[in-house]
Amino acid sequence: MLIAIGSLTIMGLVLGGLLGAAARFLAVEENPLEEELKAMLPGSQCGQCGYVGCAQYAAALAKGEASVTLCAPGGKVVIEALAKKLGVTADLSEHEEKGPEYAFINEDLCIGCTRCIRECSTDAILGANKLMHTVIVDACHGCSKCVKVCPTDAIVMVPVPVTLANWHWPKPEVEPTQSKPEVGHAH
Amino acid sequence: MLISTFISKPDTVSAIMLRVLLALLPGIALYVWYYGPAILVSITLASITALATEAAMLRLRNRPLKPFLGDNSALVTAWLLALSIPPLAPWWLVVVGTAFAISVAKHLYGGLGNNPFNPSMIGYAVLIISFPSHMTHWLSPHGLGQTELGFADQLAFIFGGHLPSGIKLDAVTLATPLDTLKTQLQLDRPLKEILGMPIYGALAGKGSEVVALGYILGGVYLLFKRIITWHVPAAFLGTLFVTAGIFHLVDQAHYVAPLFHLTAGAAMLGAFFILTDPISGPTTPMGKLIFAAGAGFLTYVIRVFGGFPDGVAFATLLMNICVPLIDAHTQPPVFGKKDRGAK
Amino acid sequence: MKLFPIRGGVHPEYRKEQTSEKAIVALPMPRMLYIPLQQHVGAPAEVLVSGGELVKKGQMIARSQGTISASQHAPTSGRISVVTDVAAPHPSGLPQTTIILEADGKDEWADLPEPIADPFAADLQVIRDRVAQAGIVGMGGAVFPAAVKLNLGTQYKLDILLVNGAECEPYITCDDRVMREYADEVIDGARIVARVMGAPRVVIGIELNKPQAIEAMTKAAAPFSEVEVVGVPAQYPMGYAHELILAITGRETPAGKRTAEVGVVAYNVATVRAVHHAVRFGRPLITRVVTVSGRAIREPKNILSPIGARVADLIEFCGGFSAPPAHLVNGGPMMGEPLPSLEVPVVKGTAGILALTAEEANNQPTSPCIRCGNCVTICPGGLSPIEMAAFIRKDNLETAAKLGVMDCISCGSCSWVCPSHIPLVHYFNYAKGALKEQELERRKSERVKTLAEVKTIRVEKISEAKRAAMAARKPAPAATPAAGAQPANAGEAKTASTAEEKTNA
Repeated sequence: MLIAIGSLTIMGLVLGGLLGAAARFLAVEENPLEEELKAMLPGSQCGQCGYVGCAQYAAALAKGEASVTLCAPGGKVVIEALAKKLGVTADLSEHEEKGPEYAFINEDLCIGCTRCIRECSTDAILGANKLMHTVIVDACHGCSKCVKVCPTDAIVMVPVPVTLANWHWPKPEVEPTQSKPEVGHAH
Repeated sequence: MLISTFISKPDTVSAIMLRVLLALLPGIALYVWYYGPAILVSITLASITALATEAAMLRLRNRPLKPFLGDNSALVTAWLLALSIPPLAPWWLVVVGTAFAISVAKHLYGGLGNNPFNPSMIGYAVLIISFPSHMTHWLSPHGLGQTELGFADQLAFIFGGHLPSGIKLDAVTLATPLDTLKTQLQLDRPLKEILGMPIYGALAGKGSEVVALGYILGGVYLLFKRIITWHVPAAFLGTLFVTAGIFHLVDQAHYVAPLFHLTAGAAMLGAFFILTDPISGPTTPMGKLIFAAGAGFLTYVIRVFGGFPDGVAFATLLMNICVPLIDAHTQPPVFGKKDRGAK
Repeated sequence: MKLFPIRGGVHPEYRKEQTSEKAIVALPMPRMLYIPLQQHVGAPAEVLVSGGELVKKGQMIARSQGTISASQHAPTSGRISVVTDVAAPHPSGLPQTTIILEADGKDEWADLPEPIADPFAADLQVIRDRVAQAGIVGMGGAVFPAAVKLNLGTQYKLDILLVNGAECEPYITCDDRVMREYADEVIDGARIVARVMGAPRVVIGIELNKPQAIEAMTKAAAPFSEVEVVGVPAQYPMGYAHELILAITGRETPAGKRTAEVGVVAYNVATVRAVHHAVRFGRPLITRVVTVSGRAIREPKNILSPIGARVADLIEFCGGFSAPPAHLVNGGPMMGEPLPSLEVPVVKGTAGILALTAEEANNQPTSPCIRCGNCVTICPGGLSPIEMAAFIRKDNLETAAKLGVMDCISCGSCSWVCPSHIPLVHYFNYAKGALKEQELERRKSERVKTLAEVKTIRVEKISEAKRAAMAARKPAPAATPAAGAQPANAGEAKTASTAEEKTNA
């Protein structure tokens, strides 16, 4: 019996020691999580998440202080990517998927003050002082910072239209005779 | 709008399962011919239990009853299990095995299409591990047992557990040919002598070898109707034959001829009906070959060196575990790409 | 000729007897024609006409713009009604810019370009220009501009021009009838194209279920030693160019590459016939043969339709519906798409219009996948539909992409064979569309990020300059004069920086 106790104890000590050594010498370097999260965000520093910029939101996410659902311009794609990276589940129940939007300047109301031009995070607004302003749709990613600064409320967010060029099939919703009921994501 | 092709092959899951049931009929008919109608009682009991359990599980999982109860998949599980256990097994043995197979092995994993293990083999495994002695009382073929029970007496035993007075269980049942072979070899009797015993026929056990032929007939029907492909039966039987052949060539005195193995036990049932279960098997043709070959080898090993008389059930289950790995590494080559599309 | 086996494929019921023996009949010219500016792959054509203008038959009404584009021509003489948005013959039913032409009934030809006297001696560029001018696109369904494809002859060394007469889709018989009735025109067009592409041999691949077409084409090809007619087994999707090339030459086109890489280029029979018309008669592409079939059609026909006729006109010409159709299909039943309505026009790529009854379509409810593996065995592309669909169902599109969903040609063989009637090809079409969309979004996201970064750097540089300027202007620390000067300075600095911004923006 003593032999049994002794041999098991020695085995335990040896194996435990090996595991400890492995934890020390074979440890994986910590990934710079914050940098990776920041790379996933749109980078326009629009502030809709409540943090000053994307870097600050990424830092808060890395610390686990912020919810993954705060990035509005990123939409569902970014939320799910963040959730996957952090290994959490995203609570999309209150998330209103607006779909991609772009800013549209109502030319009747625009007074040419250039406030939106200065505010725009991606230089997507073309114009000059006292001249008509217009949004370059390809560069606009819908952060809506410009909407707030316009003194005449000339800017509205409109959804990016679906055309023959960007339409695609929606996900098939199969009837519930399937043994796994489908929760389809409507496009 | 669900768009797929506007026409499709006129086939359904229930039609396929029904054809499998039809293919079992020749084997069952020969079984009844040689051993009497007790097996039909097992099959009926198993079928009723299977459908009842399936209905109960579907209710519990909030799924619609109609499409699933009508797809005949529970019946296939039930019949295969019934054919794998002794016909004189008490009614509760059949019920427990079938209920376990349907509820645990099938529905707890997600229902039709999601079970990683063959449900009938899980049922068999549970029974042989939990009730080993009940699983060894097989019927003797007509004319071989010391006495024979009439059908009414058989029913009385199955449902009530009584035998007519004066008759002992050992008198009307015997071990399977494979079981007998194993125990006699352990007693160091020479092989030739063992094979001369009355329970052995031309190739393997008298009666059971003919039933095996019945299963071959059914298997050929399934091949002809393209319900199964040649890969699984050929690889399984081939590997079993070759492995048995090698051992037989090395030591003729202790290892029986390969044809014995092919016609004994559940080898034929396994080759055409059990291993070909699409849900728990691989999806790629090469994968099927590897899967069935592995099962063939394991069947031989378990039969000869393992603790159970027949290895088909455990060989199937062990290979079921390997299926995802086999599938991942046997993906067919993609058109125009030199490498394969494996994950 | 020795043939090579192709992998996978299925054998659906062909049901071609409804129209295979019906000779091509011309549709009486409808009163209104709807010619979309984009009936091809590439940039839409640039409209040349406006409402009220009178045009003649064959007149160019929209010019190709950009490298990959095609022109549109008036199918008949008349008056342009308006250029506006009309629902496209696309499953989404979304609108596209369309020229609406009101026919005047006179059907007068415009002044057409001169026929090229000897296409086998003429300058190759002349022929290429003629094909471009005629607005010819691939009429097998790919609708790639033929003139651009002709340029492949200068980029690759080709040894075979393959004329695709396989027509593997059930119901569709338009190519079959064209080959039977106009074999000489097809052979002539093929030889002209082969010359332009520099291909020494012409091989015409026709499925063996069209024996009369094989006979007619063989007879027409007899005088020309470089033209060979080959019968291929009727196996869907034999009409897919890569499969046909594999069957005839044994060469497997590398994934994602053009068939020209293996020395073969394929054209549809109708396309080469259109080249014949353009080169020999100066006629542009303004008609095509459309098979209208299905048991819900009273009199199925093969119709020679002007481009721009509404589907409703064709169906009316076939006697209307004999039964309420369960499905209206644009194309064949395997790869066709649902028609959004009957008011959409026939375009250059419309090979067939089907009205299927519920019986013919035999829609069954979907049941769970039983992992039978049939889809894996018959996939001509060597993919694993069962695995891809399982991942797509769980929204794991990256793994589906790794498994090769982008290589899927959407032939539909897997959906056809599935005993559980799972809409597999719908999953793959969804995945392909979603992945493309993700790629576009990713690229836009990167662009946006770069723009944001550039702006941030610029703004910082400006503030730096401002601070430096203020530091330079500011005298030793003191009281009111400096403080008083601050706001003015700040104001100046601000307008200075705004001016800088304006010049920089």
